[in-house]
Amino acid sequence: MQASTSILSATAIDKIFPGARALDGVDFSLQRGEVHALLGENGAGKSTLVKCLTGAYRRDGGRILLDGADVDPQSTLEAQNLGIGTVYQEVNLLPNLTVAENLFLGRQPKRFGFIDSREMNRRAKALLAEYDLDIDVTAELAAYSVAVQQVIAIARAVDLSGKVLILDEPTASLDAHEVAMLFRIVRRLKERGLGIIFITHFLEQVYDISDRITVLRNGKLVGTRATADLPRRDLIAMMLGRELVQEVAAEHGAKGEGGEVRFRFRNFGRKGHIQAFDLDVRRGEVVGVAGLLGSGRTETAEIMFGAERADSGTAEADGRALDLSSPRSAIREKFGFCPEDRKVDGIIGDLSVRENIALALQARRGWARPISRSEQDRLADEYIRALDIRTSDREKPIKLLSGGNQQKAILARWLATNPDFLILDEPTRGIDVGAHAEIIRLIESLCEKGMSLIVISSELEELVAYSSRVIVLRDRAHVAELVGNQVTTDGIVEAIAASAGRVDA
Amino acid sequence: MKFKIALASATILAASMFSTASAADLTIGFSQIGSESGWRAAETTLTKQQAEKRGIDLKFADAQQKQENQIKALRSFIAQDVDAILIAPVVATGWDEVLQEAKDAEIPVILLDRTVDASKDLYLTAVTSDLVHEGNVAGKWLVDTVAGKPCNVVELQGTTGSSPAIDRKKGFEEALAGKDNLKIIRSQTGDFTRTKGKEVMESFLKAEDGGKNICALYAHNDDMAVGAIQAIKEAGLKPGTDILVVSIDAVPDIFQAMAAGEANATVELTPNMAGPALDALDAFLKDGKEPPKWIQTESKLYTQADDPQKVYEEKKGLGY
Amino acid sequence: MSTTLKAYAVRLFPQVAALAVILLMVSIAFPGFFKLEMQNGRLYGSLIDILNRGAPVALLAIGMTVVIATKGIDLSVGAVMAICGAVAAAAITSGHSLAMTLLITLGTGILCGLWNGILVAVLDIQPIIATLVLMVAGRGIAQLITEGAILTFNDAGLIFIGSGALFGLPMPVVIWLAFGLLVALLVRRTALGMLIEALGVNRRASMLSGVSTGVLLIAAYVLSGLCAALAGIIAAADIRGADANNAGLWLELDAILAVVVGGTSLLGGRFSIAASLIGALIIQSVNTGILLSGFPPEFNLIIKAAIIVLILVIQSPRAQSAFVFLSRARAPVKKTAGEAK
Repeated sequence: MQASTSILSATAIDKIFPGARALDGVDFSLQRGEVHALLGENGAGKSTLVKCLTGAYRRDGGRILLDGADVDPQSTLEAQNLGIGTVYQEVNLLPNLTVAENLFLGRQPKRFGFIDSREMNRRAKALLAEYDLDIDVTAELAAYSVAVQQVIAIARAVDLSGKVLILDEPTASLDAHEVAMLFRIVRRLKERGLGIIFITHFLEQVYDISDRITVLRNGKLVGTRATADLPRRDLIAMMLGRELVQEVAAEHGAKGEGGEVRFRFRNFGRKGHIQAFDLDVRRGEVVGVAGLLGSGRTETAEIMFGAERADSGTAEADGRALDLSSPRSAIREKFGFCPEDRKVDGIIGDLSVRENIALALQARRGWARPISRSEQDRLADEYIRALDIRTSDREKPIKLLSGGNQQKAILARWLATNPDFLILDEPTRGIDVGAHAEIIRLIESLCEKGMSLIVISSELEELVAYSSRVIVLRDRAHVAELVGNQVTTDGIVEAIAASAGRVDA
Repeated sequence: MKFKIALASATILAASMFSTASAADLTIGFSQIGSESGWRAAETTLTKQQAEKRGIDLKFADAQQKQENQIKALRSFIAQDVDAILIAPVVATGWDEVLQEAKDAEIPVILLDRTVDASKDLYLTAVTSDLVHEGNVAGKWLVDTVAGKPCNVVELQGTTGSSPAIDRKKGFEEALAGKDNLKIIRSQTGDFTRTKGKEVMESFLKAEDGGKNICALYAHNDDMAVGAIQAIKEAGLKPGTDILVVSIDAVPDIFQAMAAGEANATVELTPNMAGPALDALDAFLKDGKEPPKWIQTESKLYTQADDPQKVYEEKKGLGY
Repeated sequence: MSTTLKAYAVRLFPQVAALAVILLMVSIAFPGFFKLEMQNGRLYGSLIDILNRGAPVALLAIGMTVVIATKGIDLSVGAVMAICGAVAAAAITSGHSLAMTLLITLGTGILCGLWNGILVAVLDIQPIIATLVLMVAGRGIAQLITEGAILTFNDAGLIFIGSGALFGLPMPVVIWLAFGLLVALLVRRTALGMLIEALGVNRRASMLSGVSTGVLLIAAYVLSGLCAALAGIIAAADIRGADANNAGLWLELDAILAVVVGGTSLLGGRFSIAASLIGALIIQSVNTGILLSGFPPEFNLIIKAAIIVLILVIQSPRAQSAFVFLSRARAPVKKTAGEAK
């Protein structure tokens, strides 16, 4: 009987930020032994709701019941003690402490007032055994992969809290094998009667693991459904608030294939970074780059943009030699580069959306020729409108925008420089479905205007949709080039797998 | 007795005129703190001059403000079996061990300029000036000069809490005690520097009706006085006339100011600590005459009547 | 334009208010404080003293603001002041013309800045360590030049820089006002300000956007060196001598404090030179106020520290949001509890 009642129920939650209503009367309930997916576009209010539940934010209205009793956590620590544990995408443990220390931080077993390391290590080992994880608990956490760290974080959260586990995009940086391992653990926890809230952008995973789905949009509850009764199409409609834009149809051969070769890289490479490669890119063409993590995708982008200097080969545009020795010279050659790690390599967090958009153009013009304020305003407004960047105004610090909107602002930064050659490294990573579709549409419209693009992505369907050719990488070398009707997801997977057997390309 | 004194003075005379056989054989180690100020540099110059004059082989070691360097230097002097050691100690504590080593090696040690917290039988004598006395001399000069007329005094103190600042203030106040015509109306620290001396004097002038209220300035060192003199001039007053200026140290620059009539008096902190020290050492080595544990250097008062320009020329070459 | 003016007013309000409060407090302790009069063709009074005595820290704060905006710090400015004062004194006493002396001295400052800049930008040494090198060595270099003594000079031209007057204002005041205005215009009328802020917030992202981060970093430290050279000349000219031991001693800390009181974050990014200059004036007002008030010198540091703590507390984000909370609480608006976060 107990099992059927809600372990956690939130009713009419309000959260107001200066100038915005982040949550507006949201109801949410979680059953014992349930995996409940919390979905919505970026900025829909998922994180805010989670933060209200875990005490990171103080809610401005509504009730939260845990096991039928009113709770009002003032801090994440208090929520933890009540039984609500959270694991974030960026693992919030201490990389320079050992695994065991991370698991028992702040509650180390003591003996005569001193930390009893042996007992701690023994208990850590036992705890991780429940998760089929047999590792050296005395090694530093940083020595293990993100997936293992993720499991350790879950182990700690469950051990501390034990009623509700919130997983905030835990799979964003995991590969398929690691995701499967994580899901095995989630299922086992579910059997133990935990209520699990699961936040993700990967819809396949939602259907794979969740029992129910709650969708938020613009701070309001759209609805809660049983996963089994909700077709994918309807789910996307709930999230976007509109019928899904037509499924992107692959029309290969039409895009750019007939155009003349504009950019020509010959024997281009850097020792220890990426093996020298030849590459031609036509006007108005999108060349996709695929490969597993660490195969040299980002490295390819970096030497093309001069972030790492090539030590062999040549690059030319329309027969003219290009100077790609530094980002600055690459930009002068009308190159642009949207990096993979937006936060570290892309946005200038404290500066406004306007300044972030104007930055590359300003840098190219040089400090002595400032872009006037009115021109900057015009530029920013133009791109905020054209790319539908959602921000209250152009003077808002960019760090306050959601991931998808940050990505669009960085795209705008490069579009403002009117580039001939644009490199996009994982342009759709970690952004919501709506923005995702918009960015794909944008890529298509850019190449229609004659721009040449290199797009690196781990989403194969996406690559297939817009690329006329796909370069496949493995072990820091270009190993295959797929053209025409070879460009399919199966084709790419096959190329990655096939090249595994080959020593040299 | 008379004979002895005559003999002693004859020896000193001889020592200063030409090298005597006894002094010529002497090797003396000198551990100096460093060269953090002009006065310190002058002390080094004068010590070398005094040694040369007496034909002493002086081994000089600059400690660069570090006690461990001084201890090392002392040990090296002991190893070289010098006849005596002069040391200007950088700090007061931590000397017992190395001084005991010198005593065991029967090498007399003389402290210059500063004293140490160690048993008095570990060193022969200490040659220092009396800071309280210096302040007292400055105060007496002011009392005599104003001769009963009412006079408001402003005081530029040294670095707060330092012993020269405390003692020079104390000595000056003692000299003024009971003289109702003299009153210290403002007292503030100028950190012994020209810049702060000037800045603080500017504020004194503003606070005391543009300086009309002030009859005399007492500065704990000449540098602050030099800075203050500029402030007085910039306020449209004549230092030395409208406001009397008395300070301590007798560095060359204050004599220039005195020659220009802008400063009135200074009390000398002599950099010649080595002279009295070597005299006492000579007497000790020759006649076994145990000197007193403290030899006080003279705190000589210089005024505008003492041909300041000439003193300036003399002092200029000493490395101040 | 009026919106940017309004933005400036909002940005500078806490500093201006703090300055006003301190000046008011001093005038209560010392009634003749606001009195100004003309004397020998120049303004004379305590307010002018604050502007004049604040000159070295104000100048240092200009360079320090830009360095801090790049997420750096320059601990060497006090020592560079001592070096440049010594160089100026040595040059003028060895018979060089005033123009030549100034050129050599400013050149020395630029060289010191270049050294720091190269350590930070090229060798990628942490700024606090890189500038510590010159901070420690600098005073020794200055002592070598002056041979440990105060190197005095009597050149009327050089002395004029320290105690002369132009437009009724003391020369040091004219210099720092003019230089501050020049640098502020340089960074705000060109794109330098924005590029420096971008560099300070995220160096790698700026580099990938084509900003010449290395050149900008070096330029920031060179500017700081130049400011220290100007301050060094003024400090030496003021006392007609180069005091290698005491010139600029601890002023790097006052300069950093001025920047912090001015509201520029030590984490880099947004900066305001005007606010730092007001910060320098706040510090000098406290110093001058203490001297005028006639407290025993033992209280100087305690009073100064107490006032600075008060200013920093008032400017802290938490206090700011508390003010917002209080002002909203009085207004008839429902539920604002969440805003203080």
